[in-house]
Amino acid sequence: MAGKPKLHYFDARGRMEAIRWLLAAAGAEFEEKLIESSEDLDKLRYDGSLVFQQVPMVEIDGMKLVQTRAILNYIATKYDLYGKDMKERALIDMYTEGVADLGEMIMLLPLCPPDQKNTKLTLIRERATNCYLPAFENVLKSHRQDYLVGNKLSKADIHLVELLYYVEELDPSLLANFPLLKGLKTRVSNLPAVKKFLQPGSQRKLPGGEKSLERARKIFKF
Amino acid sequence: MIKYYRNQETAIMAGKPKLHYFNGRGRMECIRWLLAAAGVEFEEKFIEQPEDLDKLRNDGSLMFQQVPMVEIDGMKLVQTRAILNYIATKYNLYGKDMKERALIDMYSEGVEDLGEMIMHLPLCPPDQKDAKIAQIKERTTNRYFPAFEKVLKNHGQDYLVGNKLSKADIHLVELLYYVEELDPSLLANFPLLKGLKARVSSLPAVKKFLQPGSQRKPPMDEKNLEEAKRIFRIK
Repeated sequence: MAGKPKLHYFDARGRMEAIRWLLAAAGAEFEEKLIESSEDLDKLRYDGSLVFQQVPMVEIDGMKLVQTRAILNYIATKYDLYGKDMKERALIDMYTEGVADLGEMIMLLPLCPPDQKNTKLTLIRERATNCYLPAFENVLKSHRQDYLVGNKLSKADIHLVELLYYVEELDPSLLANFPLLKGLKTRVSNLPAVKKFLQPGSQRKLPGGEKSLERARKIFKF
Repeated sequence: MIKYYRNQETAIMAGKPKLHYFNGRGRMECIRWLLAAAGVEFEEKFIEQPEDLDKLRNDGSLMFQQVPMVEIDGMKLVQTRAILNYIATKYNLYGKDMKERALIDMYSEGVEDLGEMIMHLPLCPPDQKDAKIAQIKERTTNRYFPAFEKVLKNHGQDYLVGNKLSKADIHLVELLYYVEELDPSLLANFPLLKGLKARVSSLPAVKKFLQPGSQRKPPMDEKNLEEAKRIFRIK
């Protein structure tokens, strides 16, 4: 149980970044075994290490866990970032899924055919401004507490703040009318473990450029 | 005073869950399966017109303006996974500890990945449908079914996790019915999955749900698809 979690993925954000953020925010050190070629991925598959032949995969506490949500939920439970009871967990899950819905749109944007990109971007902006950001701002407004659920840091706050960074990368003006979200972003960013993760040289991954996308295409054959 | 409050709380907790969705499977069906398998009676408020959906949105009942939404224990929960996880926890279908929950989550997500492909098939443009069906069959045969068959083979137990019925078994068996609808031959080489399907289907609450007249919804047909497109304003 004492060994560091070991993350298997390629050198990019993708579906592993949320896991990196959560471990980092929990103050849990982790190792990364980077997949650099399609042969590396094949090896993991032949080894029987990947239940559904896919990554992310995280070796943790004697398990080889796949599926992002399974991994995130386990880490959150282990590090007490999943609320105090089932009702808090329900809220955390609800908020987390909302973050994932918008996050998925942003993550898949680079894969969008060039002629559809502007439409997609407009949709992201519209959904962020009219649906997701107001929903979370309203949660914070309704209870005026520092965190989304139970007056305590949870995975929901970490996932949301990660998303706010991506929204800001896309277009900083999108956050303009959401003061409580901006406050949450600042507050969570100042937590020592998060602050450290946000500094250059941490295991946080940078936005993937064209090169990173090409590498992903080669490894995952799409 | 205390007695009244306790009764009130019990009354709120004791009311049946109320499901808000249109009259079709979609993203609500796995919730219906889970509640049914847990032996929980539930009510359904069907969305029949786009205006019904607008009303729910304007009421502030839908956190992200979307359904499914389930009223349960004083909450208006949205997001399928949030709803499923809450129900599973409440009815003891989520394993006994965090490691079992991790396995249950992992298996549930695998079921969801294949289930999503099958669910979206009716929305697929006609010229892409054959390719999509081929992909679903390939994934089923080479990736998902072998994975679950292997889990059952490795421990030789009746259920996927912890020798006890969990949400993972219910989601998987529901999926097996959909695969069977697509092509029964796909289950041919997976005896343990067939065994699980038979076993779970024989549980009294599931058996009841599988009978005609239950709240289980039929496969989507042209009419149902048109209705969904109209309500959700999909082109």
